[in-house]
Amino acid sequence: MDEEVECSILQCSGHLPQYFALPRRQSKASGCQKGWAGTLRCAVESDTATGAFLIPYFIALLFEGIPLLHLELALGQYLRKGSIGAWNTISAYLGGIGVASWMVSVLISLYYNTVLTWVMWYFINSFQEPLPWSVCPLNENRTGFNEECYESTAVNYFWYRKTLNITPDIAESGRLQWWLILCLAACWAIVYLCTIRGIETTGKAIYVTAIFPYLVLTIFLIQGLTLPGATEGLIYLFTPNLSTLKNPRVWLDAATQIFFSLSLGFGGLIAFASYNPTKNDCEKDAVTVAIVNSMTSLYASIPVFSVLGFKATTAYWDCLDRNIINIINEFDLPEESIMRQNYTSWISFLNSSYPEKIAGLKLKSCDLQEFLDQSVSGTGLAFIVFTQAIILMPGSQAWAILFFIMLFSLGLSSMFGNIEGVFTPLLELQIVPKSAPKELLSGIICLISFLIALCFTLGSGSYWIDIFDRYASSVPLLVIAFFEVIGVVYIYKINRFSKDVEWMTGRKLNLYWQITWRFISPLLLLIVFTAFVTLQLQKPPSYTAWNPKYEGFPMKEEKVYPPWVQAICVLLVALPCMCLPLAALFHLVKQKRRSKDPSLVPSEVFSCQGANINFSHPKE
Amino acid sequence: MLRALLLTLSVVAIAHAELCKPDAQNAFKVRISIKTALGDNAYAWDANEEYLFKAMVAFAMRRYSSKSTTQISNVLLCNVTDRVSFWFVVTDSSKNVTTVPGSEVEAAIRMNRNRINNAFLLSDKTLQFLKITSTLSPPVEPSTPVWLIVFGVVLCLIVAGIVFLIISGIRKHKKKNKESTERENLEEKVEVTLENGIPCEALDIKAGHVNGVFAADDERFTSL
Repeated sequence: MDEEVECSILQCSGHLPQYFALPRRQSKASGCQKGWAGTLRCAVESDTATGAFLIPYFIALLFEGIPLLHLELALGQYLRKGSIGAWNTISAYLGGIGVASWMVSVLISLYYNTVLTWVMWYFINSFQEPLPWSVCPLNENRTGFNEECYESTAVNYFWYRKTLNITPDIAESGRLQWWLILCLAACWAIVYLCTIRGIETTGKAIYVTAIFPYLVLTIFLIQGLTLPGATEGLIYLFTPNLSTLKNPRVWLDAATQIFFSLSLGFGGLIAFASYNPTKNDCEKDAVTVAIVNSMTSLYASIPVFSVLGFKATTAYWDCLDRNIINIINEFDLPEESIMRQNYTSWISFLNSSYPEKIAGLKLKSCDLQEFLDQSVSGTGLAFIVFTQAIILMPGSQAWAILFFIMLFSLGLSSMFGNIEGVFTPLLELQIVPKSAPKELLSGIICLISFLIALCFTLGSGSYWIDIFDRYASSVPLLVIAFFEVIGVVYIYKINRFSKDVEWMTGRKLNLYWQITWRFISPLLLLIVFTAFVTLQLQKPPSYTAWNPKYEGFPMKEEKVYPPWVQAICVLLVALPCMCLPLAALFHLVKQKRRSKDPSLVPSEVFSCQGANINFSHPKE
Repeated sequence: MLRALLLTLSVVAIAHAELCKPDAQNAFKVRISIKTALGDNAYAWDANEEYLFKAMVAFAMRRYSSKSTTQISNVLLCNVTDRVSFWFVVTDSSKNVTTVPGSEVEAAIRMNRNRINNAFLLSDKTLQFLKITSTLSPPVEPSTPVWLIVFGVVLCLIVAGIVFLIISGIRKHKKKNKESTERENLEEKVEVTLENGIPCEALDIKAGHVNGVFAADDERFTSL
């Protein structure tokens, strides 16, 4: 895999770019699984105070994330092959792990870029004054606002109607949305541009996409802390509500989210590590990456939560103001007689003197804590909650542009890892002739992915993305990681692996790695997997649909997946997982056939496969 | 004389009171929020402002029906509260003790809403006529949506980047091919010393050459 050009770039830069690629997965996409924003979104969605969520997150990081990260990095660095080649070398029966990783990478790159499409759509819409999601469009006879928009909020309307044009049910596919197709084409073109020559161009692009978000985060941090209500948000973030730890869902989400956050099990890590010099200290790298990732998460959560606190405070004030106006109009009191400060005393006074009138007004109860707890499901955090907060800030166009560029670059650096995970095994397996230029291969991959991803631009596209997110990117990764650890520790034998790592880093593996690799990580993965399956089987999988005709609108309608969709969910999980036994079976059959046919034996004798690879210092 | 005057005045007052009361026929409620609109520059609502209001309504009626019969005295205000809110009604001077139909008043106000708002430095939201819906102004829409323009710019940049990278890749490829063919040409030009029909360089490079005549059995030779 080493080519002259690529080695020099990465060595000169001290592996910084490729490791910047690792704390990616930081797009605020759907589900509880993406990086730092995923941490916060998880907490907000599961109605937990985030302070408590940090505990399972750090436990998962310590016992699952860092050990697996070190394992994959050491593997790639030592064997100097991509994931398929590496696992074939460990044991021919385990070659399926590489294939499963490849399959997961393919599934994820398909839908992940659609999330980037949405980010791009919002980005190009941020150049208008006023921002299109801040005002409701008028209805036909211009006497009022569009009904769907009026009943929910302008932000919701822009997201569900103007962006997604969502259908009320997953079974109704709707039409292809042409504006999304344009943005999707642009996104895939950008991905092609950055991965056109493999890691050569990716390495350069990562400098920008990895550093720029930190800049923007800092700017948002400064802005966020100056907003009113920021302190409430931060207090909310850091107060642990330990009762939420009793909910197994929280632990589950933390465990699966670590995978996405550190990109474990995708094969991309092994591929990246294979470009490292052999004597690189992978142990230090693993710990550094994990710590940088977590620190970034924490650092990012501060502006996010201050903005959320600001939004909650503004919503609370709006609620109070609306109530005040209603009361003033009803009782014909002079303006500004009731202010936010004396609202409660006035309410109690009026309630005692005119209870029927107050009841007739149907005032909403305004509670700041309730607004802070408000959760949005789906892609809510970035596209609904944050965009709403941005409207309230002065100079909203600039904030919107900055915010969406940051999201885009974060998502893009994740895409690099995905595409690398798809690209490298194809090169390894030599499915394409060596004479074909790399540009052609990456072009073909991007084109095919674009065509398949077109189905996510349908009206029901976002429901499908939720499905992919929930099923294709959680369980298969657990299975892959479990077999990775078992494969290295018990099939390749941990003593051999320890010697290899010692040869690379120059010091013995300490107890932490031994214990986690041998016992804790596989056990934890097994527990998480069984818990996940049990929770899934407890009730039929359901989703929430945006249906303007629903009685409880603007609440989302809870629906159950039809059987054919459930079958697809199972397929998504099964497809990568099946690769493992199938590859082992395939190899078994090949072995049996070889043992029956003696003329094929000599070629095996002189090959290095199955031989003790400690003696070869592999370099390709 | 005085008694007659007093009598007519009281009749008129009673008539007015009957015409203008909350929820009377053809009466409209107005709600004004001066402090919300103007903040520190808010003026106080007093009798002068009421006079101006009556004048504006009369103006609106005149403009709408184009007959100059509506006088300021035709506009009656009542139930002024601290909020500031009140009811008003427009009487018809040609017919005795009747009010102008609500639809006419509504149409007149609608037509001149902008003038009325500006007279009081208020807007549709802060000077509310409760039963009269205002026509909302459509948002300004440029001929091509802004996002298409931005999209075009972004796409052009991307395509330029891709084309540049592909062309530089092709050029590098061609240069490499040209160099390798030049090297081959160079090698061919050099005199190749031969021995037994085999070039000397080949003999130096390879570790040996198995003579097929003597090798009957592969097993007798150790593998290379």
